[in-house]
Amino acid sequence: MSIIKIAVASGKGGTGKTMVATCLANSLVTNYPVQFIDCDVEAPNAHLFLKPRLTQSQPAIILIPEINKDQCTACGKCVEICEFHALAKLGSRILVFPQLCHGCGSCTLNCPEKVIFEKSRSIGNMSRGKTDSGITYIMGELTISEPMPTPIIRQLKTMMEEEVNISIFDSPPGASCAVVATLHDADFVLMITEPTPFGLHDLKQLIGILKQIDKPGGVIINRDGIGDQKVEEFLSGTNYPVLMKIPYQNEIASGLAIGQLMTDIIPAYNERFLDLYRRINTTLHEPKVMD
Amino acid sequence: MLNNKLHLKQLVILSGKGGTGKTSVCASLIHLSSKENHPAVYVDADVDAANLALATEAKKGESFPFSGSQYAMIDPEICGQCGKCKMVCRFSAIDEPNRQHHSYQVNQLLCDGCAACVHICPESAISMHQQQDGEWYHSLTPYGHLFHAELFPGAENSGKLVTTIKQHAKLYAEDHQIPLIIIDGPPGIGCPVISASAGADLALLVSEPGVSGLHDLERIIKTLEHFTIPILICINKANLSPNSTQSIYQLAKDNNLQIAGEIPFDPVMPKAMISAQPITRYDPESLSAIAISSVWRQVQLALLAKV
Repeated sequence: MSIIKIAVASGKGGTGKTMVATCLANSLVTNYPVQFIDCDVEAPNAHLFLKPRLTQSQPAIILIPEINKDQCTACGKCVEICEFHALAKLGSRILVFPQLCHGCGSCTLNCPEKVIFEKSRSIGNMSRGKTDSGITYIMGELTISEPMPTPIIRQLKTMMEEEVNISIFDSPPGASCAVVATLHDADFVLMITEPTPFGLHDLKQLIGILKQIDKPGGVIINRDGIGDQKVEEFLSGTNYPVLMKIPYQNEIASGLAIGQLMTDIIPAYNERFLDLYRRINTTLHEPKVMD
Repeated sequence: MLNNKLHLKQLVILSGKGGTGKTSVCASLIHLSSKENHPAVYVDADVDAANLALATEAKKGESFPFSGSQYAMIDPEICGQCGKCKMVCRFSAIDEPNRQHHSYQVNQLLCDGCAACVHICPESAISMHQQQDGEWYHSLTPYGHLFHAELFPGAENSGKLVTTIKQHAKLYAEDHQIPLIIIDGPPGIGCPVISASAGADLALLVSEPGVSGLHDLERIIKTLEHFTIPILICINKANLSPNSTQSIYQLAKDNNLQIAGEIPFDPVMPKAMISAQPITRYDPESLSAIAISSVWRQVQLALLAKV
């Protein structure tokens, strides 16, 4: 049985990434082993719908420099080395600014006196567990006021089980480095959009990432019917097909508001998500056409 | 009016959760402020998914390149293939030689720009290169001047680009004696949100009812409280789930925060968006337009109260 990683991303916020990702996981787990990784660590929501029992918890850390003040000669080499201004020289002291530190370890490696050590600094929390339906669940949460989500996303990926057949990554919104960290090791990217000018604009941003990392993908148009046809028209000129359309329905919105899975609100979607997965799987195993 | 120091105020519109309607509400506030002759300068701080220009018929003005980060490059002629760069890289940004490339290679998109590999390379085969991460623009809308940007897909959104456009907006406002900056913020709570809200006199939170909306509203409230930024909350799509709307009132009460108003879900909103018009202009008699006007009055009162 093959191993496949599907990332669910969007560009625009609020298009239905979490809705699709959670329903996909829930529909598939009856037939296949599934693990779900909520990579939207600034504002994770998937746990509100899949309701996992979280049994393990650990801090998400960045390694920041700690300088042995007694032995430091204040030569300033570390300040020169740091590309992020996380170190500064004040008289004969070297100051560290933890929130600017990227945890690269370069200052530690390059200190001529070897008086810098690294200590763990917590920037968030990571948890693991299982849902009642059997999905292996992994999530992270950025500590309030911490600026950088990307290190947590990288660490979440190291918590994944290697042998699980299907991994689903719920991505953060946008098209920046946190999204790249979520998508870069996926086999397929499912892009969720809405048929509006904002949806189209931000979808183009996301497709920009997929092209750079040469990833196959497909699109789900959510809230179909509320806007216009421009998203479909645009996609017809790309290698990213429309894989599913989900028409807007009031019952979906009100069910989601109380934490219901969309596939519990409209069970017919279970088969549609199963079918979606089969089509993605087939696409990935088709022999590539040589140019 | 000699020596008249401009008391410039900043309003930032945030939400926590994406898709609650920040940009749509912001566009309407922009329209109302211009219509009522309260001049303001506008900023779109959601730089990797920038939509305010679309919502306000902006004519893209002069563009300026933005360079925030750098990336490493390995010279394949000099690379001795010792692999030390890959051992030291904490961002999985260095690939081993393969059939196409006989030297180690940097994955530009994953490269963090830390230069650890530069310093470790015994052959000095690696150098750092500045990269352009995006562009920013000073554009004109029917309602006034807009400072906005487009981050290139996948680029680092460290908040630097947000800070850059805010600085330019502030300079423009000061030069032209314009007393208000309205900032359309990004979703989330990380760096770009922190940069967008730095120095704000008021944050208007556009919330939506529901478990996700409530959860993320709580996180943005805590973030803004950490940075001591005053908060006003409005509830968008309020009629979709009355019980969940009540939870927002409770959350506001628990945090001593004011609800500026409820905006009903309105199927006309996407139509206004397609016409590139704020709903208050597209259909001023619609329930959502009337509700947003009421929210705007509360925002103005809150801004006036802040000396």
